[in-house]
Amino acid sequence: MAADLLAAPGGGRDLELVGITKRFGEAVAVDDLSLRMPAGSFFALLGPSGCGKTTMLRMVAGLEVPTAGQVLIGGDDVTTTRPYRRPVNTVFQSYALFPHLDVLENVAFGLRRRRERNAEQRAMAALDMVELGPLARRRPTRLSGGQQQRVALARALVNNPAVLLLDEPLGALDLKLRRQMQVELKRIQDEVGGTTFVHVTHDQEEAMTMADTVAVMNAGRIEQLGPPQELYDLPRTPFVANFLGRSNLLPGTVVEERDGLLGVDAAGTRLLVPADRAVARSGQVLVGIRPEKVHLVAAGADEPADSTVLGPGTVADVSFSGVSTEYLVDVAGYGRMSVFTQNLGAGPGAMVGEQVRLAWSPRHAFVLVGDAPAAGPLEREAATVGAAGGTGP
Amino acid sequence: MSRPQFSLGKYLLPVYAVVAFIYLLTPIAYTFAFSFNNAGRSNLTWQRFTWDNWRNPCGAPAVCESVVNSVAIALFATLGSTVLGTMIALALVRYRFRFRSATNLLLFLPMATPEVVLGAALLAQFLNLRVNPGFTTIVIAHIMFCISFVVVTVKARVATLDPHLGEAASDLYASPRVAFWRVTFPLLLPGIAAAAMLAFSLSFDDFIITNFNSGNTDTFPKFVYVSATRGIPAQANVIGSAMFLIALLVVLIGQVLAARRRAAAEAR
Amino acid sequence: MTAALTSATAEAGAPPPPPRGSSRIAWLLLTPGLAYLVLFFVAPVAVLLLTSLYERVPDGPVGATRPALRWENYTDALVTYAPQFGRSFLYAFIATVLALAIGYPLAYVIAVRCRNRPLLQGLLLVLVIAPFFTSFILRTIAWKQILADESLVVAVLKTISLLPDDARLTATPTAVVAGLTYNFLPFMTLPIYANLERLDLRLIEAGEDLYANPAETFRRVTLPLSMPGIVAGSLLTFIPAAGDYVNSALLGTASTAMIGNVIDSRFFRVVDYPTAAALSVLLMAAILLLVAAYVRRSGTDDLL
Repeated sequence: MAADLLAAPGGGRDLELVGITKRFGEAVAVDDLSLRMPAGSFFALLGPSGCGKTTMLRMVAGLEVPTAGQVLIGGDDVTTTRPYRRPVNTVFQSYALFPHLDVLENVAFGLRRRRERNAEQRAMAALDMVELGPLARRRPTRLSGGQQQRVALARALVNNPAVLLLDEPLGALDLKLRRQMQVELKRIQDEVGGTTFVHVTHDQEEAMTMADTVAVMNAGRIEQLGPPQELYDLPRTPFVANFLGRSNLLPGTVVEERDGLLGVDAAGTRLLVPADRAVARSGQVLVGIRPEKVHLVAAGADEPADSTVLGPGTVADVSFSGVSTEYLVDVAGYGRMSVFTQNLGAGPGAMVGEQVRLAWSPRHAFVLVGDAPAAGPLEREAATVGAAGGTGP
Repeated sequence: MSRPQFSLGKYLLPVYAVVAFIYLLTPIAYTFAFSFNNAGRSNLTWQRFTWDNWRNPCGAPAVCESVVNSVAIALFATLGSTVLGTMIALALVRYRFRFRSATNLLLFLPMATPEVVLGAALLAQFLNLRVNPGFTTIVIAHIMFCISFVVVTVKARVATLDPHLGEAASDLYASPRVAFWRVTFPLLLPGIAAAAMLAFSLSFDDFIITNFNSGNTDTFPKFVYVSATRGIPAQANVIGSAMFLIALLVVLIGQVLAARRRAAAEAR
Repeated sequence: MTAALTSATAEAGAPPPPPRGSSRIAWLLLTPGLAYLVLFFVAPVAVLLLTSLYERVPDGPVGATRPALRWENYTDALVTYAPQFGRSFLYAFIATVLALAIGYPLAYVIAVRCRNRPLLQGLLLVLVIAPFFTSFILRTIAWKQILADESLVVAVLKTISLLPDDARLTATPTAVVAGLTYNFLPFMTLPIYANLERLDLRLIEAGEDLYANPAETFRRVTLPLSMPGIVAGSLLTFIPAAGDYVNSALLGTASTAMIGNVIDSRFFRVVDYPTAAALSVLLMAAILLLVAAYVRRSGTDDLL
């Protein structure tokens, strides 16, 4: 019912960015970026703060003009079109609800500016869709964060934009509410149909749960783009490997290729990786393996058949987090490795100081090129987020 | 709260505040009391109680004339300074332009210049231009010294607003003009009103600058100052007390209404 | 001015989202107001500067002057009126310190102690502001009459021997300073109130957690945070107090004359424009130097 009112003509067009560059003085915020987001898709721009994702969004909204390049919506060049003439609406990070107008008038604002008929009924329908109908006459300042967020969403969606931009829309909500809104947003996107959702976030879990396509941005460029599972399973750069979840990266040299497997010599151990999971097939590379794909093998126990084995190493730290336990294992010559094991109730795991070996199936390994990112606070933060999300896929 | 060292501040501070308020309000109480004095020409010592002064506030020569002048001047000055000052405040907050710091300095200087210097400078200017001081020159002077205060007050209001509100308006199909009148201006209105009230009270109460640039025109403060030597009529006390009471009443009614609205909103 | 002056310091926090082609609109908005200030502030001050160097026409009519570059106007004025200059700054300084001592606790009580009682807070705030509406001349004259030789207050003080029989309260430097303190007290209280009103009480709790002792918490947390309010209040008190002549004229004598009294009488009674102008320029320059030094030392540079 609500969706009928919203699904007026106009919704759902491709959004295309062609060679977009944005400079602020000397600083390059977005660097020669090209993207195509098909009509009706849910697209997430994921990256650390300062990576240029919000600037990207503002250029689509028309709040910034690119230094070079084009923004196309449904094939029309809107690069220099003023924000109020674009079929694009935004849910701002701060929500930016008008404090002097009540909730209903906030939602009706865009319709009234375009002199649309039934502005009030349509605004009411949009409020019903986000389940806020009863609060229509409240002032936004009297609503909770989650309610304000939904008003902002209704205010944008009621205009039936071709593209809906979401700028960290869930950032100010607590964890539980955020989960709830993630599901809600997906439902609403299905309901309105056709509108392209572009969601900017630094929360990898949020991006993966909601989006059909995730683009990981770093330093003004897109590092990798694809469906969430694909990105997680087969990262193509060290940055993605450690921003989207977390990876153990072992430097080595490719020494052979046989039967579709690469052999990489890493500090004396031969690590096998499927050739089709490698970015490069020769020279200096990084072998990556996700922590939850690694098994701990106690001293004396047999390792699983056909697996790559590393170690022995010493367990340096054990941290229990409910569904899983993380072990940090120091392996001479390789540094500190991270291992997640699910808590299946199979007795106590390894203890600190214990000698263990690490084993994994070669089909889970991947090969990247580049420097392993230095362990900074950012990586640690990504790692802790990864610990929660790492059990899922 | 129950810690012993806290009790000192707990009781001493409110007592101190009460004493400060007595200091602040004693002359007003005195002025109010002597507005009921059946004083004749010089209202220096208490004679006997009367309502006459309140019944006939224009009874003394030139009192009401000076009040009318003061109100008229304050209205013109408020209008002029609020319009000019609000425009400057908007430019300062919403736009980037060259000479920003020079503009800030130009706004700060009149506030940092003693009134006697402002008054003397303007008078020198008017004499130079062979303009006779009077009603118009007072209005010109008042607009000048009120502008900076208006700018600062309106700017304070702008700074509390989410800068994304304007962007949100333009994202929702409002052209810059519509965004201004539908969003920015209504949100600035409380700040503009506060600035206007400030300008009015500054203008109404000004004496020093006015005295330099008034020629033969009397304002209420000037009337009181000039008549101080030969005795101030009790009607002046009536005017002063009435202004005080009106201001008190207006603000209190506003407060009560706001409190009611708060209570009603919470009850919902 | 309340929210006003303190917020001048908050300017750095104002985010500038400049729309495209905006500087033309900016100048449209700025030009009328700035032109007004140039015409009626900058130009008059320039005229004042020129006038301060004029010389009197010998044997001419009263007040006749002619353009010149007579720098002696400044040295003469400074030498002749040094005592009044000294008095102005001394009185204004004492009045500012007193106003701070009275105004800060007052602002603290209204802003912090009454925070949970909006009606009482509103009432007290009105009582601070409302005196503005009773003409300040009228209030000063009220003080003059309350403290007059024949007044009740003086009689009582003399009966209980708090005041010697031959002493008086009006026509003394004390009366002038008290009058200045009184008249500019709201200008001190309001900016401090505006600042303390925004003070996050959790910071005080955190401070008590860290320093335990309320006095130390005040010194380390509350006071530094309210510095912008104190600076704004001090300026709003000191500047008009240093230039004031009403308090001295109504509550003092010739021996309490301040520089404002001299400028006033040079202009209107003696009609000696060059000296009055030179004194004005000196006063303005001295105040600007003091303000600049004060603002810099207190670390609130962005006030300018």
